[in-house]
Amino acid sequence: MTTFDPYAPSRDTTEGTVYSVTGGDWDSLVQEIGSTKEERVVVNMGPQHPSTHGVLRLVLELEGETVTEARAGIGYLHTGIEKNMEYRSWTQGTTFVTRMDYLAPLFNETAYCLAVEKLLGITQDVPERASVIRVMMMELNRISSHMVALGTGALELGAISPMFFAFREREIVLDIFEMISGLRMNMAYVRPGGVAQDLPAGAIAKIRDAVKLMRKNFKDNTTLLVGNSIWMKRTQGIGYLDLAGCTTLGITGPVLRSTGLPWDLRKMQPYCGYENYNFDVITADTCDVYGRFLIRMNELEQSLRIVEQALDKLEKLEGAPVMVADKKIAWPAQLAMGGDGLGNSLNHIREIMGTSMESLIHHFKLVTEGFHVPAGQVYVAIESPRGELGAHVASDGGTKPYRMHFREPSFNNLQATSAMSEGGMVADIIGAVASIDPVMGGVDR
Amino acid sequence: MCGDAVDWNGIKKMGLEEKIPSGFVLTTVEKLAGYMRKNSLWPATFGLACCAIEMMAVGSAAKYDISRFGMEVFRASPRQADLMIVAGRVSNKMAPVLRQIYDQMAAPKWVIAMGACASSGGMFNNYAIVQGVDHVVPVDIYLPGCPPRPEMLLDAILKLHSKIYDEKLGSNRAEIIKEVELAAMNATPTIEMKGLLA
Amino acid sequence: MSEQGMFGAPGTGDTSGYGGLVRTAASTGSSERPYGGYFDEVADDLERAYPMFSEAIERVVVDRGELTLHVKREKLVEVSKILRDSLKFEMCMGVSGVNYPTDSGRELHALYPLLSLTNNRRIRLEVSVPDADAHIPSVVEVWAGNNWHERETFDMFGIIFDGHPGLTRILMPDDWQGHPQRKDYALGGIPVEYKGATTPPPDERRSYK
Repeated sequence: MTTFDPYAPSRDTTEGTVYSVTGGDWDSLVQEIGSTKEERVVVNMGPQHPSTHGVLRLVLELEGETVTEARAGIGYLHTGIEKNMEYRSWTQGTTFVTRMDYLAPLFNETAYCLAVEKLLGITQDVPERASVIRVMMMELNRISSHMVALGTGALELGAISPMFFAFREREIVLDIFEMISGLRMNMAYVRPGGVAQDLPAGAIAKIRDAVKLMRKNFKDNTTLLVGNSIWMKRTQGIGYLDLAGCTTLGITGPVLRSTGLPWDLRKMQPYCGYENYNFDVITADTCDVYGRFLIRMNELEQSLRIVEQALDKLEKLEGAPVMVADKKIAWPAQLAMGGDGLGNSLNHIREIMGTSMESLIHHFKLVTEGFHVPAGQVYVAIESPRGELGAHVASDGGTKPYRMHFREPSFNNLQATSAMSEGGMVADIIGAVASIDPVMGGVDR
Repeated sequence: MCGDAVDWNGIKKMGLEEKIPSGFVLTTVEKLAGYMRKNSLWPATFGLACCAIEMMAVGSAAKYDISRFGMEVFRASPRQADLMIVAGRVSNKMAPVLRQIYDQMAAPKWVIAMGACASSGGMFNNYAIVQGVDHVVPVDIYLPGCPPRPEMLLDAILKLHSKIYDEKLGSNRAEIIKEVELAAMNATPTIEMKGLLA
Repeated sequence: MSEQGMFGAPGTGDTSGYGGLVRTAASTGSSERPYGGYFDEVADDLERAYPMFSEAIERVVVDRGELTLHVKREKLVEVSKILRDSLKFEMCMGVSGVNYPTDSGRELHALYPLLSLTNNRRIRLEVSVPDADAHIPSVVEVWAGNNWHERETFDMFGIIFDGHPGLTRILMPDDWQGHPQRKDYALGGIPVEYKGATTPPPDERRSYK
């Protein structure tokens, strides 16, 4: 099944076979390579490295400055989220799922909740206001995720100012998230059936101001990098992956769109009401790092367009519910700011303790046991900033997921590192990996 | 001069200090060394997961500027770093790497366990995550949060700064270490602390 | 699958007294024609392009707007090639493993969601293998992107993919024993210590099913 792998040698001990976790006995490795009579150097860009996006391990075989083989080692952030979710109720799954791809937490939550709603059969019953809020939050999250991608990508290639500009934009978006959901990151805001709570008063005006400010601020990064001859020399022609390569490797997202194919799930297989918004699908036809960079920069503007249209819709839907009407599924608590922080509002407590027995029973059962989801399995895919994020959820009719598997875009996209880097220079690997924009939390789950 | 073997700081003197007026030399060196060390701590990049993004937000000059404390130089090489901020969940596969990076740092070195996952395993109580990074490296400051706000990280760093400022040198340090170890040996384990109900 | 009882940690004593409740989740039989939407077209095209359709496809299930073809594992590579070339399902979205320990003889399932860019369609292939002989032919030669997915499914479930260019552990450390996402593998948590009490890890707590 497996042949001798010089990068993961094993030795037999009394406790069984042990593999060397640091990647090898270098003596035997050097001897093995020395026997090929060529000047090959094996370099380990280990899991702790400032330029690899998180805990990614790249083992490179170099001939001078040219990379002859590049292998990616992952798994350094494996958290067992999928198995953890099998022991928690369906609503608690949101808090776990949100920490997979930590730069785009709302996308993880939305994919999961759409899958659960499909299993429950309530996709049509989710209120429109909840869908519009989901779309708005997702597009804001797309902006913040692209900003981190641009900032860290530029930082890794040596440009430091774009990182400051990008994180400044990100702070604007995170302020909006904090105002609406209470947390900057990992908010667990989207729940099966809707969203956790409605927008606070004055939120729409604040978001409009933020959108105006962001439009002005995006010009800083654009003027700095687009058309910059150093940037173009570092990124043009690097990390080439054409359409055939993308389809066989299962790659989606900006990498696929940089080959010229306008494949965007928001347009092709719309969800959450995306068919009602006007926006363009950005493509490039250069298949290289520069094309993907331009795609991400232009997608920022498209996201702002969608946010503005969502705000208009929200103004018209003032006062509509944000949770599904079925009391046996809807998360019961109405949250409000009390003396000691955010908690159940006093009105809700007065109702469940004083007036309505059904509300008390629903609250109790939903929080302790959770709702039951009919047996079956679904696969729901949405367009996250990195590509197609698919949630495969299988239920056995109980209150806990039977099996939850996420098809993360970064997991597939990272397989392209070898195809993109081999034959190029060492420094170009950094650019190629930065353009794939992997998030190791999603890759390893 | 030889009357009381205690100087104005209340610290016992031994050896050379007794010959010099008022314990001037050693305590001032401690304060000076502490001041120098805390004001230019160089963190090592050890961002793992979500907390790393909040650490980057602190490190970038955007809103929460860490360079006001002299710490914006995140050294990539652990050999040049003093402080390791373990930001994020440490999986079983990553633990030996973490220990290797810690060993490569030169003393004096400090560790901040940032976030719930680094302090105690966080919400991931399972096969894949080390339940608290203090199973692998000695931790100086535990910072809870999921993820902790940038202000919380700055607060933890400032607490670490005062801890570093108060660190003793030489024979004083050996004494403090002995005292701390004795206190830890005699302390009640958490499970024995019965609280108000027992 | 069928479960007894409504309350209690799975496997150990039912503490509630509600043990009389038996809930059977029916494993669905084959759906009947017409399937609805583009599923009929897909099934017809496949039958036309692949004459041995009835030998290879055990069941066709249409549930909640999604089409699942249950394929015999020996024919998996053939069916995949025909789906990719004739029916234009160019992309495979990975391999997802599921462990049904009560389904004897078919304990491990591997699911392959497929996507057609030209026709904008989605279907799913499902292969079931017994625990004792958990081998599935690898589809890396058909869709190269499944390389890491098959390694992950091997790592997490122990399904061996014959013909895979390098089937090693990918998420767990290389010398890990056991396959974590199987149902017989414990969650592995430790009890959380408080003052005077401990909270057991999630898989050992009393909980609803």
